[in-house]
Amino acid sequence: MATTAATPSYEQTGIWSWITTVDHKRIGALYLYTALFFFMFGGLEAGVIRWQLAQPNQHIVSAELYNQLFTMHGTTMIFLAVMPLSAAFFNFLIPLQIGARDVAFPRLNAFSYWVYVLGGTFMTLPIFFNTAPNGGWFGYAPLTTLPFSSGLNIDFWVMGLQILGISSLAAAFNFITTIINMRAPGMTLMRMPVFTWMSFVVQFLLVLAFPVITIALVFLLFDRFFGTNFYEIAAGADPLLWQHLFWVFGHPEVYILILPAFGLVSEILPTFSRKPLFGYNVVVYSGIMIGFLGFGVWAHHMFAVGMGATADTIFALTTMLIGIPTGVKIFNWIATMWGGQIRFTAAMKFAIGLIALFTIGGISGVMHSSPPADLQQTDTYFVVAHFHYVLFGGSIMGIFGGIYFYYPKITGRYMSEVLGTWHFWCTFIAMNLTFFPMHFSGMLGMPRRIYTYDAGQGWDTFNLISSIGTGLLILSTLIFVVNFLKSRKSGEVAPGDAWGAGTLEWTIPSPPPDYNFAEIPFVTSRYPLWDLKHPERTSGIAHSAPDVMTITDAHATPVHEEMGHKTAAELGIPMPFNTVKPLIAAAALVAMFGGLLFMHTNQFAVAMTITIGSASLFVGTLYAWLTSPLE
Amino acid sequence: MASAVAEVHEHTHYTTTGLDNRKVAIWAFIGSECMLFMSLISTYLIYKGKSIVGPFPHEAWTDPSGHVFKPILNIPVTSQSTFVLLMSSLVMVLALAAVENRGKPGYQGTLLGNSKLWLAATAALGATFLGYQAYEFTSFVHEGLTIHTNLFGSSFFTLTGFHGAHVTAGVLWLLTLLSIDIKRGLTPKDALLVDICALYWHFVDVVWIAIFTLVYLIK
Amino acid sequence: MNDHAPHADHAHEHPTWKQYKWVALWLTLITVFEVWIYYTPFKETPYYIPLLLVLSATKFAIVVLFYMHLKYDHKLFKALFTGPLIIAVCTLLALFALFSHRAIPQ
Ligand code: HEM
Ligand SMILES: [Cu+2]
Repeated sequence: MATTAATPSYEQTGIWSWITTVDHKRIGALYLYTALFFFMFGGLEAGVIRWQLAQPNQHIVSAELYNQLFTMHGTTMIFLAVMPLSAAFFNFLIPLQIGARDVAFPRLNAFSYWVYVLGGTFMTLPIFFNTAPNGGWFGYAPLTTLPFSSGLNIDFWVMGLQILGISSLAAAFNFITTIINMRAPGMTLMRMPVFTWMSFVVQFLLVLAFPVITIALVFLLFDRFFGTNFYEIAAGADPLLWQHLFWVFGHPEVYILILPAFGLVSEILPTFSRKPLFGYNVVVYSGIMIGFLGFGVWAHHMFAVGMGATADTIFALTTMLIGIPTGVKIFNWIATMWGGQIRFTAAMKFAIGLIALFTIGGISGVMHSSPPADLQQTDTYFVVAHFHYVLFGGSIMGIFGGIYFYYPKITGRYMSEVLGTWHFWCTFIAMNLTFFPMHFSGMLGMPRRIYTYDAGQGWDTFNLISSIGTGLLILSTLIFVVNFLKSRKSGEVAPGDAWGAGTLEWTIPSPPPDYNFAEIPFVTSRYPLWDLKHPERTSGIAHSAPDVMTITDAHATPVHEEMGHKTAAELGIPMPFNTVKPLIAAAALVAMFGGLLFMHTNQFAVAMTITIGSASLFVGTLYAWLTSPLE
Repeated sequence: MASAVAEVHEHTHYTTTGLDNRKVAIWAFIGSECMLFMSLISTYLIYKGKSIVGPFPHEAWTDPSGHVFKPILNIPVTSQSTFVLLMSSLVMVLALAAVENRGKPGYQGTLLGNSKLWLAATAALGATFLGYQAYEFTSFVHEGLTIHTNLFGSSFFTLTGFHGAHVTAGVLWLLTLLSIDIKRGLTPKDALLVDICALYWHFVDVVWIAIFTLVYLIK
Repeated sequence: MNDHAPHADHAHEHPTWKQYKWVALWLTLITVFEVWIYYTPFKETPYYIPLLLVLSATKFAIVVLFYMHLKYDHKLFKALFTGPLIIAVCTLLALFALFSHRAIPQ
């Protein structure tokens, strides 16, 4: 049974089958590869930044290029690396964890992916022509309006984000519907794996936060292209409008970045501690609480703009409040490990790494929830240190953990634990070397977003250490890449239940067959597979049908693994048709936005032809798509 | 177990809640649209009274050369278009009822059961609303208010333009349904197709209710 | 096993034509009333704006409850709509408050 061939058991192969795929597992894999590529690209941009800052008064890149580098580094990491890496897991895991054969709208899912790739490419290419966005990842208007940023740089940013927003929104509607409606019988909400729960919260954050930045960007786009006055101070516009709208989106966005990683470690820790997650309900409810409160703290990013004592106080309080549900989770994880029989796999190391590093970032976060303290810290490297501890130490560590954990499920082979351990320790040390000194350089007054600095301000050593750390980070990422690619071919073959975990995705073969579940399982508790193999671990949690027969029947792994060798046709399971329409629709959408760029080169006719032409193509494809049957 | 599997194999469209996926998705979409229009309306309200030059929505304005601009909003005309949109919601529910109850007594062969009529009427009322809006926009431009003129112009045209774009999409959607109805006839099995369109349509109507009060009636 | 009746037919107790008529009538009446007070001196009193807000909120609620049949539909839909609506309204109020009280006068 463990000798199941590790080659993907997809029924179709070849590049065309990937282009036209609507299978959530393949789309998840596509997201994973693409996002890892962008992660490395963003990392290289950071590498250049750190190279430039390694010593005072260096001129490796110009000030202008430096602006483009930090803007694209931030934008890439957030929108093209971490969010899509999370999306890779949403795609791959949610249907498997809830016992479904696919997402609710498979073709929409393909559309989301293609919009993401094309939109990401659209934003990334300009850096090779020195016209990349240069207004910072939060693109403050009026700085980004035409009088102050006249090149095409900001246009790429505005259009690019607009495009990526469509991708995220489409995906979010899809996953909301999937989680609500595609759960296997017995999979009640309070039995869903925590990763699915955190993803559920994230989808709502996406659905509610993205429209706000969409509108803020529409205003900016109209200002730049059609001469409106939204950010035109001379016409009486308020310079804070953009900031408020952006951060109404921006704060939920940071939870969009971190909650999926929280979900992943909430799967990893119980598995390798060999006991159920401590306080499942608390983890779930605190996740929901974070989702709600996340909409009430945005102005803590604006303490320095003079909102007044009342507003500052209110937002300081809500910010301190939201620290509570976040902190609670840390204790849940620690209590999960407490008294468990821990196995220190690479995935587990990254999960524990997240707990340690995220806590540091969380503490410095609570520090700048106090306006007087924040006035000292804002726009210095202290803040840069803070958000890298939560984004790198939190999101990226969690995602790396998730990759080590789910790689066997995705590919059918384990990643090398030896290289994984090297990767972990290198990353852990390098990460701290890079970002910890930034606390000090920040406290000593080093502003963020400066392209060089004079010697003798007490920043030199700290910057040098940071840059050395970055070199090591790049090295450790190389170890990961080698491990990732090598294990694909020569990794040890993994059985369906690769780690002795308890949730549904481990009851099916690795990699899963096209249809996931030959028979839709009937779920009676939170850890169905442990009920079967280690009933002693789950004796303390609620079961709806303690009838052992039912459980055995539903989760007898051999049954599933045998069925895994059959094709969907043999089993009589209807599968969705492959289709290229989502890709065409996505390309039309991107061209529609891209066409507008020609307005700034004074080719109005060209702009309108491309935009209107692609808009019609988009609508036409949509009609063809909606009128052709799914399966 | 056995029964659950049987059920799944029988209905390919088994869902956990028994609700249709598309309906869940449209409600999630409507929730998202709340935030979209919230942002537009907030901006309009934040910029209310902040314009440096006229024309203004509710007050007259004299430009430096002595030219007098009347308050620009035309309440009587917009009241009519508001009424038109409200009535479109009524005929929309009738269209849905006609499709849902096709073949039932009281609907078969009666006016109430004529789904094509009601769908066409909804689309026509939507188009009428758009006609009013086109009239309003052009007359504003003639009176000297464009999207460039001032903050009011920018935020007003963008807000109502976004709403108008939503109405346009709705009209296209309705016409699509109408053409399906004409081609093969919508049956109670298709009620969901009409239902989700109707939900979208009413939501757009509800947004207008908010806009009419906040933009037009409140000074 | 779950919080629903499997395959609940969409045909709950849907509102009927009679009800739709009444709803339309009320919507019209409220709108006429709103426009009417716009032309009365009442417009200048401090009660005008609150009254208008209440009236349009009523219209909003009527359309959502009856035309969008949220009153008769699954509770899930109620949650999917009211949650975002509450967040939207609160955000709007907060933004409005933030922009109307400025520490540094312009
Ligand atoms: C390879 C590891 C990384 C290094 C060495 C690094 C380094 C830096 C540095 C030095 C800056 C400040 C640039 C400046 O203010 O002049 C910066 C900004 C930023 N980084 Fe990173 N970073 C790394 C990874 C990440 C990751 C994983 C994320 C997000 C998930 C991220 C998100 C950001 C953001 C949002 C900014 C702000 C950009 C802006 O000011 O507009 N970084 N990074
Ligand atoms: Cu924040």
